[in-house]
Amino acid sequence: MSCWDTVQSYAFRSLGYGERLLPSTDFTMCQQVTLIGSGLLWNIYFGALSLVAGFFLATAVALARTSHHVWLRKPAEWFVFVFRGSPLFIQFFFGYFLFLSLKGQFPGLGILTSAWLGALVVLFLNTAAYSAEIFHGALQAIPRGDLEAADAYGLSGWTKFRRIVWPTMLRLAWPAYTNEAIFLFHATTLVFFTGFPAIQQKGDALYYASYFADKTFNPFVPYPILAGYFILLTLSIVGLFYLGSRRLNRHLPSRSGRWRAKFQVIR
Amino acid sequence: MCSDPSTLNDLSWFVCYLTTGKHLSFYASFGTVLLLLAVTAPVALLLGFGGAMLARSRVAPLSWAGQSYISIVRGVPDIAFFLFFVIALDQAFEYVRHRVLCPDWGQAVYQGNDFVVCPAAKLPLSSAPQWEHEVYGFLLAVITFSLVFGAFAANVLHGAMRAVPRAQIETAEAYGMTQRQAFWRVLVPQMWVYALPGLSNLWMVLIKATPLLFLLGVEDIVYWARDLGGSKTPQFTDYPHGDWRMWYFLFLLVFYLAFTKVSEVLLNRLMRRLTHGQAIAGGEAQRKSALEGAA
Repeated sequence: MSCWDTVQSYAFRSLGYGERLLPSTDFTMCQQVTLIGSGLLWNIYFGALSLVAGFFLATAVALARTSHHVWLRKPAEWFVFVFRGSPLFIQFFFGYFLFLSLKGQFPGLGILTSAWLGALVVLFLNTAAYSAEIFHGALQAIPRGDLEAADAYGLSGWTKFRRIVWPTMLRLAWPAYTNEAIFLFHATTLVFFTGFPAIQQKGDALYYASYFADKTFNPFVPYPILAGYFILLTLSIVGLFYLGSRRLNRHLPSRSGRWRAKFQVIR
Repeated sequence: MCSDPSTLNDLSWFVCYLTTGKHLSFYASFGTVLLLLAVTAPVALLLGFGGAMLARSRVAPLSWAGQSYISIVRGVPDIAFFLFFVIALDQAFEYVRHRVLCPDWGQAVYQGNDFVVCPAAKLPLSSAPQWEHEVYGFLLAVITFSLVFGAFAANVLHGAMRAVPRAQIETAEAYGMTQRQAFWRVLVPQMWVYALPGLSNLWMVLIKATPLLFLLGVEDIVYWARDLGGSKTPQFTDYPHGDWRMWYFLFLLVFYLAFTKVSEVLLNRLMRRLTHGQAIAGGEAQRKSALEGAA
């Protein structure tokens, strides 16, 4: 079987297309690269969707945390505390078993016990909490002069938020938010190691890497392949966020050297 | 009183249920987690210090080694490292023992899909009691955690060393200190206040990484929560119940929330103490508020 055949049979194996049986003897480098790459599709799926959806919830939660109404502020604070204060690994387990018992009572919710939705919900809430903390910090750091200038121009309410507060918040939060995005993609590798089942061996990159490591007793091939994929993924995220920051800061002079991803803070 | 649980009322049933032998092992496994933290944190800090010193070394190969240690571990999901190191370290130890203990073993170590060493080189020996297997597994986990978090700590300490004002080192050199003296007597004592926010964050991340012990094959709190929570039928236990894993994991969630909250409070207190008298904004604010209090 040539390498091209392998690619054809396994490139979309993680989504359920192509060869049904995973290779079980005579493992080739090509099989490992293809299957682990195929699994990476799930990591991108989980990471991208939860990041986009989490972005909106995070903005709402960050605003709620600055609210004067106790009934808005307290729940937002608790939401952030619960999801930032406990391990994602435990959140996945708890989420899965919660969905299982929900399924027992409302069979219609059974769909939540499958990884593609259930794990996505957990990741979405988790990244929303972390991003909300970042956005909250940025909201606090908006220069007062900007807000006063907006008032002086007669902006208020929604217009002031959309034109002044929100863009400035994003600009200030961007480096830390880039970091959050990178770690979110790393966190997606946990999904299939918690309760969520990889039905018909449709798993993510780490699932296949550990499959090969278990079968070959040689961790020195699959894990470096996985590492290579993730370094590429990390670089693409940094690249995308760099484009985002260029757009956010396009009114500022001297673009070069203005933006640097900050890798000091980790989740 | 616990001899026939089916006759008990709710409260005493729960008292008996929560003190079964397996539950006691569950409670003991919290000790495993705390032990892991207690060993890993200082070892990782030491490794981090070494890594940071390497990264700022003037000898180029040493500096590259330090910097690649930091950036490779940081660019890849930590769980991949956990899974990798546990097998790789085990094989490395066994391979070294194999070379030393069985020099005339004829066969190759890697045979197709198998890793075969001579029986005397097995770690732990196949005849070893169960506790040795558990201790060995725990040790592997500790080394793995330390290596991964050492890289994170190296990153934080490297930044902190660069954050100490250059003038401090120059002053030390002007007083005739050698580079080594300036490093140990001026830079190292001053860097902690810059490192503490990063290290506190790291401590929180370390706490939140402890459930991954489960993936490394250690019987930790996650293992027991899954084991105890699963539904039990009357044939196998005196305490039959449905699927309670959700409640067990809720308990773990609360445990971690409390743990991180307590850590946060203590670390904030430590930060206040370290900031005292330092030439940074926080120290200045403390000085001013003390002055206002006196006036």
